[in-house]
Amino acid sequence: MIAASDPRLTWNLARDVRQLFEFPFMVNAFRAGTIVAVTAGLIGWFMVLRRQTFAGHTLALVGFPGAAGAVLVGVSAHLGFYAFCVTAALVISALPSSGRRGFSEESAVIGTIQAFALASGFLFVSLYRGNLNGINALLFGSFLGITTGQVALLALLAVVALTMLGAIARPLLFASVDTDVAAARGVPVRALSTAFLVLLGVAAAATSQITGSLLVFALLVLPPATAQRLTTRPARSAVLSVGLALAVTWLGLALAYYSRYPIGFYVTTIAFAAFVVASAAPALAGRLGHAGAT
Amino acid sequence: MTPSVALEDAAVRLGRRTIWRDVDVRVGHGEFVAVLGPNGVGKSPLIKVLLGLLPLSDGRAEVLGLAPGLARAAIGYLPQRRSFEPSLRVRGSDVVRLGLDGDRWGLPVPGGSRWSRRARDVSRRVEEVIDLVGATAYAERPIGEVSGGEQQRLLIAQALARRPRLLLLDEPLDSLDLPNQASVAGLIAGISRDEQVTVLLVAHDVNPILGYLDRVIYLGHGGAATGTPREVITGETLSRLYDTPIEVLTTSDGRLVVVGQPEAPAHHTDRHEH
Repeated sequence: MIAASDPRLTWNLARDVRQLFEFPFMVNAFRAGTIVAVTAGLIGWFMVLRRQTFAGHTLALVGFPGAAGAVLVGVSAHLGFYAFCVTAALVISALPSSGRRGFSEESAVIGTIQAFALASGFLFVSLYRGNLNGINALLFGSFLGITTGQVALLALLAVVALTMLGAIARPLLFASVDTDVAAARGVPVRALSTAFLVLLGVAAAATSQITGSLLVFALLVLPPATAQRLTTRPARSAVLSVGLALAVTWLGLALAYYSRYPIGFYVTTIAFAAFVVASAAPALAGRLGHAGAT
Repeated sequence: MTPSVALEDAAVRLGRRTIWRDVDVRVGHGEFVAVLGPNGVGKSPLIKVLLGLLPLSDGRAEVLGLAPGLARAAIGYLPQRRSFEPSLRVRGSDVVRLGLDGDRWGLPVPGGSRWSRRARDVSRRVEEVIDLVGATAYAERPIGEVSGGEQQRLLIAQALARRPRLLLLDEPLDSLDLPNQASVAGLIAGISRDEQVTVLLVAHDVNPILGYLDRVIYLGHGGAATGTPREVITGETLSRLYDTPIEVLTTSDGRLVVVGQPEAPAHHTDRHEH
């Protein structure tokens, strides 16, 4: 992409922003990034609350051989991400006792699966011998070459996933915070857990397309975790989580556009910095939380 | 009037092991009753049966005149001791609110109380019930950060949120220090009296609640002994129930000490399992 090496940052902000959207690929990157950030910010918020980050990471890693395999057999890598992530979500939820405790108990099994997923993906990429850059994009993210069709698919999936999340939000919160009481009240705890894992699979697959399989946490964990440190009000912290994910994505895209370094690095670093600031400044967080409580 | 809880010749089996059988229990409306017995005798399974989460292998059970499971909406339940992780960033008042509307599908709309009457009613009830248990001072703090006794009060508020007619409390005093045990016990007794709620409380140690109890249910593998504490907690009754010599001593301040109570069977170490 020759065009990407041309733009230069100037002191004129309006000009810089106009330059950002000069090329259609960049417009699509921003559209896709925006959709991904909203999805990851909301589904990630529940993932952090439910302490299922390990599951999220596993799902994202399973997406890598999915995408590499899809490229190998000649279909879109994006389809591979979705197919493998959602299938893996169903498999994990079918494992016995896949609750909060189940994951720590079965971490060795899951770790083994993660290693195998990475190895298979690597094999598929070497078998393909095509674009040498492919493996980097799949693992560490890329914003180049996102087509309008892919953006449309992403938008459709995001709307479906977030509508579902909205429909189950309150019982899911109940089941996440207080499983026993929710079950006694007749909340279908187990079905909700499966449904949420599938949603998490979709979110992990969507996020992988921007951040790569290895760096999904930049959008799926860091913004929600930061938001939950800053406020204890559920609605407020979910909105804050989306806001942070959007800021991180937009800033990451802009920086990647104006420099030679990959987007995965920027997105992760910005999100990490936000998390460190939120954690290392408990005084600030305490004051914000206090202001929120009154 | 139909009893709040009725069990007839009831038996429960977990896997191939019979936990208890021939249990007959009737708890009247508004009574404050303790379920007692050694570890592993099946006190938590009794609660699960009443919630409809565990089927009886034999006999009959009725809760508030209905089959277990059908009466859930009128039951407030406090599971065996659970503590929230310190890092859980959810306010106590949110946990209480979930007891009121957590099983409704959909998305809670923030700030809904400004235009929705229903949301206003929910908020008012949450405030009311938090005030009732005396938790107003810390209800807005993350629940993982408040003390065990404070968490327990918030969870009792959660169980009370829907004005239940029956409260099933599974070891609510477990792992609280003595002053907190006394104050939480007093709180529960007051609620039972003032709100006309039937309370079935599973306990390890009867002493903190002894002064408030209407009746006790002492559970054994081959049946249950029910009656007033003075009737049931005697060496004679307990020796017969557990088929082993048991002595009950009364200390000078009126506390009861049970000596020789059989311990949990060896193969039944994890009582959190069911």
